[in-house]
Amino acid sequence: MTHRLSASGFDRSQLSRRSLLALSGGVTLAGLAACTGTTTTPAASGSASATGGQTITFGSGASDDVPKRAYQAVFDAYAASSHNTVKVNTVPHNDFQNNINSYLQGSPDMAFTWFAGYRMRYYAAKGLATPMDDAWAAVGSNFSDGLAKASTGDDGKKYLMPMYNYPWGFFYRKSVWAAKGYTVPTTFDALKTLAAKMKADGLIPIAFADKDGWPAMGTFDYLNMRLNGYQFHMDLCAHKESWDQKKVKDVFDNWKALLPFQDPNALGATWQEAAQSLGQSKSGMYLLGSFVTQQFTDAAVLADIDFFPFPAMAVEGQDAVEAPIDGIMLSSKAAGNAAAMDLMKFLGTAKAEDTYYSIDSSNLPVVKGADLSKLTPLNKKCADVIAGAKSISQFFDRDALPAMASNVMIPALQAFIKDGTVDTANLEAQAKSLYASQ
Amino acid sequence: MTTVAAPPARATRARGRRRSHILTTPDKATLAVMAGVPTVIQFVLIWAPMVLSILLSFMKWNGIKLSDIKPTGLSNYQFIVENYPPFWPAVAHNIIWLLFLACVATPLGLLLAVLLDQQIRGSRIYQSIFFVPVMLSLPLIGIIWQLMYARNEGFINNITGIANTAAAVDWFGNSSVNLWAALVAATWRHAGYIMVLYLAGLKGVDPSLREAAAVDGANASQTFFRVVFPAMKPINIVVVVITIIEALRAFDIVYIINRGTNGLELIGALVVQNLVGEGQVIGIGSALAVMLLVVSLVPITIYLSRVFGREQD
Repeated sequence: MTHRLSASGFDRSQLSRRSLLALSGGVTLAGLAACTGTTTTPAASGSASATGGQTITFGSGASDDVPKRAYQAVFDAYAASSHNTVKVNTVPHNDFQNNINSYLQGSPDMAFTWFAGYRMRYYAAKGLATPMDDAWAAVGSNFSDGLAKASTGDDGKKYLMPMYNYPWGFFYRKSVWAAKGYTVPTTFDALKTLAAKMKADGLIPIAFADKDGWPAMGTFDYLNMRLNGYQFHMDLCAHKESWDQKKVKDVFDNWKALLPFQDPNALGATWQEAAQSLGQSKSGMYLLGSFVTQQFTDAAVLADIDFFPFPAMAVEGQDAVEAPIDGIMLSSKAAGNAAAMDLMKFLGTAKAEDTYYSIDSSNLPVVKGADLSKLTPLNKKCADVIAGAKSISQFFDRDALPAMASNVMIPALQAFIKDGTVDTANLEAQAKSLYASQ
Repeated sequence: MTTVAAPPARATRARGRRRSHILTTPDKATLAVMAGVPTVIQFVLIWAPMVLSILLSFMKWNGIKLSDIKPTGLSNYQFIVENYPPFWPAVAHNIIWLLFLACVATPLGLLLAVLLDQQIRGSRIYQSIFFVPVMLSLPLIGIIWQLMYARNEGFINNITGIANTAAAVDWFGNSSVNLWAALVAATWRHAGYIMVLYLAGLKGVDPSLREAAAVDGANASQTFFRVVFPAMKPINIVVVVITIIEALRAFDIVYIINRGTNGLELIGALVVQNLVGEGQVIGIGSALAVMLLVVSLVPITIYLSRVFGREQD
């Protein structure tokens, strides 16, 4: 039996039960168009009144048990150190993400869980979020430049208080590498040489899974950033750069050289299955986020896992790292609310993040001065890579328009994995149409 | 003409007037509620969304402010037809889906019904077993077929001995086989549904017809194809329409496999991808839904004209 649902909240296109029911009821499919656009009720609505600024409502998409308890512990700590209380409103994370449009326009909670990237800047630009520069003025020095950049909207104001992140990179089993005498590659050519050696040794060099569509974006992002640089990645995601140009074609050409070393059965496998292939030493390495470690329930295997960043190619060495940041935003309802701003200040402290990490250790604290002594050696290494990064990208589906990621990139990358071809002119045509409708 | 027609018309009016006097005020209120409530429900849940969808299919909208709605003419349709790579595969897959249901799944349901209509022992149990797939929830169906089709752990690859070898068939991931794998799963549900309809139909056939056929010396297959099957004409029409509509709105099984990508594109799945969730592109999703609606109207119209045409006779 395989795990069908991602454990980490990546299944964002998973339908909610309600929308499935509406569909299978089969009234008319056309009816859906208007329904989802206009009449979907927000899954959560702020109920408590915030008179006096003493009660802060908090909409949380962190519905899994561990993160839920972690947030509660943070708010308990906040309540103990201030006069304010936080009223948490938890919604299953897929519903939370799917309904965010109507949630933010309806009666949102004052603060809510969200992530850095295009969607944060988008809602900020639409006036659905409240800037938190006051809080950043107080605690901003706790964060690196990369985090500050990732928390900034298009207007230069800060809209996000980062809570944690996790890096993407290559994960491998130390024991397998030691037995075969493999060494960590720092250049793309070394990576290809190593992969060829692994293939000769009977391993699948790079575990790979793309049944769900999104994991392949990690490979695309890293190839793009290493070939064309971080800024090009951001501009391409924002569609300030054309898809139909040599730089993008180069990404796919280089990927083509890597494709024979990636698991040929990727299109039928989930990331959990690919993780098992690494855990069972059938694969040599696996390019994924550090949440891959959730799959290694055997402590001996978990202790055997190590990490290295994506090798250097053409520009910027290994400066950029893909490390999606989750954090807290303020909705339009929190405008002028001193208590909500006070909560943001608290969340930007080492105390808050230490409290969070003490319960949810699958994510890394991002604040300076956080107690790193409790981190596992692997997490420590991951945290060091992020701390040393000059730029932090958020992953394609967070940096780009979500429709571009899910409706265009997923089919395009799956087709590329299948036969090694991609039509960049068509990608550009689709991007033009989708970005124009925002 | 007019002079001849006038007296009956007057008579009808007179009768109508008299009848309206008989209705008391509570009667009128009851009638108003009974006619009004379904009308309102019909309007709110069907007509209004449908009209809005049609309007939105000619607009661009980010789903945030009503003032952001901008008319774009036919550009959504043009985009779908010219620049949206999954569209034409989806059309082809819907047609394959329809042909497969019509040529395999529906006849299979009929066959099951005919077999179970004989007085065999445990007929009820078999009926229940074949009908269970129709009642199962979507996540459960996903789990069942995952157990069947998984590359290394699945039943099919293990029973054929190719699991964990290079020859193992990737039933869900290989785009040249996954559509057929999904069609088998769809047949598994559809046949049970059709079986139940035909079981009811077979029960409704007058036994004297069979006796008459037997007296005339018809053998079993002649009796079925020449007498019983034509006698089930009303059910046959319902089944044809259901098969077409099921093929057009097919989406759930491919959605649970891989959300309708990589060889499993269907128009229904594309509508969902474009309308639900963060990847929402309302104009394009609406345009896809309208296309599906227009195609669906053909069998629906035929069906309704048949049903109401007969009632009027």
